[in-house]
Amino acid sequence: MNYEFDFGAVLAYWPLFAEGAWVTLRLAFFATIIGFVFGTLCAIARTSGPTWLQRIVAGYVEAIRNTPLLIQSYFLIFGMASIGLRLPILVGATIALVVNIGAYTTEIMRAGIDSIQPGQVEAAECLGLSRTQVYLHVVLRPAMERVYPSLASQYVLLMLASSILSSVGVEELFGISNRVQSDTFRNFEVFVVLGVVYLALSMLLRVAFWLLNLALFTRRRKLGTPI
Amino acid sequence: MSAVVELKNIHKTFGTNHVLRGVSFEVHRGQVAAIIGQSGSGKSTALRCMDRLETIDQGELTVCGHALHDPKLDVKTLRRDVGIVFQSYNLFPHLTVEQNVTLAPRTVKGIKASEAREIATAVLAKVGLKEKMSAYPEQLSGGQQQRVAIARSLAMEPKLMLFDEVTSALDPQLTGEVLRVMEQLAKDGMTMVLVTHEMAFARNVAHQVIYMRDGKVHESGTAEILRNPQTPALANFVCAEK
Amino acid sequence: MNMQYIGSLLQGLWGTVLLSLLTFLFGGLFGLVIALARISPLRVVARVTQAYIQFMQGLPLLVLMGLCFYGPSLMGMQSVNPLFAATLAMTFYAGAYLGEIWRGCLEAVPKSQWEAAECLGLSRWQRMRLVILPQGLRLATPPTVGFMVQIVKNTSVASLVVGYTELSYNAKVLNNTTFQPFLYFGLAGLLYFAVCYPLSRQARKLERKLNVSRR
Repeated sequence: MNYEFDFGAVLAYWPLFAEGAWVTLRLAFFATIIGFVFGTLCAIARTSGPTWLQRIVAGYVEAIRNTPLLIQSYFLIFGMASIGLRLPILVGATIALVVNIGAYTTEIMRAGIDSIQPGQVEAAECLGLSRTQVYLHVVLRPAMERVYPSLASQYVLLMLASSILSSVGVEELFGISNRVQSDTFRNFEVFVVLGVVYLALSMLLRVAFWLLNLALFTRRRKLGTPI
Repeated sequence: MSAVVELKNIHKTFGTNHVLRGVSFEVHRGQVAAIIGQSGSGKSTALRCMDRLETIDQGELTVCGHALHDPKLDVKTLRRDVGIVFQSYNLFPHLTVEQNVTLAPRTVKGIKASEAREIATAVLAKVGLKEKMSAYPEQLSGGQQQRVAIARSLAMEPKLMLFDEVTSALDPQLTGEVLRVMEQLAKDGMTMVLVTHEMAFARNVAHQVIYMRDGKVHESGTAEILRNPQTPALANFVCAEK
Repeated sequence: MNMQYIGSLLQGLWGTVLLSLLTFLFGGLFGLVIALARISPLRVVARVTQAYIQFMQGLPLLVLMGLCFYGPSLMGMQSVNPLFAATLAMTFYAGAYLGEIWRGCLEAVPKSQWEAAECLGLSRWQRMRLVILPQGLRLATPPTVGFMVQIVKNTSVASLVVGYTELSYNAKVLNNTTFQPFLYFGLAGLLYFAVCYPLSRQARKLERKLNVSRR
């Protein structure tokens, strides 16, 4: 191998990598939160909404889960531009991610909601709680606790998948690395650095989710047993 | 004095299964009514109808002044007056004992946290579990969980308490603590309807015993009918349950 | 919209399917190795494999593609064929994920089976081949079919770094020419759906059958 590695040249661009990583994290953060709320609402619609709504949600979930994020992004972002809807690129990217992760969240939360024994809902209703109150206090919390590991891994995968949005011009971590590649021509080293940074971001997110788990679920923190 | 619970010719069908075939009885204020019978006799269904967990197909059902045969019934107001305890306790696993008991007073009645806690303390003391207030259901035995379930219903100050085979899922040595709580409730004047297999409890505590068979009231009367059954079916049943 | 454009989409579809099949073949073989290594009694092997899996699960596929495209030229390869680079990257990727899935399935085979096989005097390899793997395979079929859907979807990024011509790339080119994003990306989406949805359905069906027979 006559190749001489020159990581120095690439690492000199660390501010650029940091900027890109920050965009990636912001995208992941907003997409996760909005996607979670949206997905949970869809899951509730899917489990206890009117039949026509259940069918629409089911159709949405199947459409998203059987097509790649890249096509969804192209469809939404180029599509919106073609009908004159000029949104800031980060907003468009967030929407694409939310639409995508919303479907996966719907399936996961639906499994969680279905796992709540009917007796729990019966007991709550017999105590006089309204439908909404039953969902908020008796169904959603334990459902979320049960499926939390699945949710957390999906959201970490989402952060990694945000790299795909570089193809529609988002200057997140992967996209911004193109600039470094064209400046230094050290493509391999750039990818190695990218790999390291993404690994660090994954670990950061996993730790964050672990801490969130402890903060949200008091029972888990105190007893350490699965619900 | 009008009855707290009044069933008049109640019919209920699940698909092709005609479970209740004209059930009629009354329970008055301060009385304890025990419904006994084999599985499949319709006793649990009859009880569940009283809290609108099932709707009736025919007949008139009046509970605490609410007409359950009326499709326009406001179920929430009915459930403020009726408390029900289930065979599988159905405590909320993600909440502490205290939170289980204060959830309904706080969310349904809008009672402040501090006041709700006082109610919880009182009601848990009544069932003998005041010291377990910050425990989670999984840390309690079956008998303790069932007593918490009773306290949870009592916290809403119901006029009528329903018990659906509440000791059937418990180990024999744990049934005693639950039955003692129920006996005390009866002594305090609570109107109670229970579906049970505990013949001794029915004999000693119930004012009225209702023996159901094939979806109908086969024989009913005071607890005396358990000592001196009038029908051969009940006689067989009492012998078998010993 | 004309036949030439449709033809371009179908050509892209073929590129997608080809890469998917190659990935499943090589990724499957590699995944089997990973799964067995992961449960190896030699702790070093198991640990290293675990590290590899966690490593792969913390990287985006795009980065892997880049490493597999620019890496081989460092090793002396003159020009790197896009299909080669894409298959290499997806093999590493799929191997890790399939390995994890299959490890779970092998470990789900009841312990009593392992013990029974041992008591029959079979060597470790014989136990694997004759008793554990066949049962693990049954358990593994639903999630594996489900993962095939992931493979097909992931091929879409092969055009971005490596320049492999598949369906998404062709659709994008068509959009650049005609500026009809809803039409061409919609059609591309339908084509992906046509491939993935039957696989998803089959995976769910297999899972239901498995759950029924397990009771």
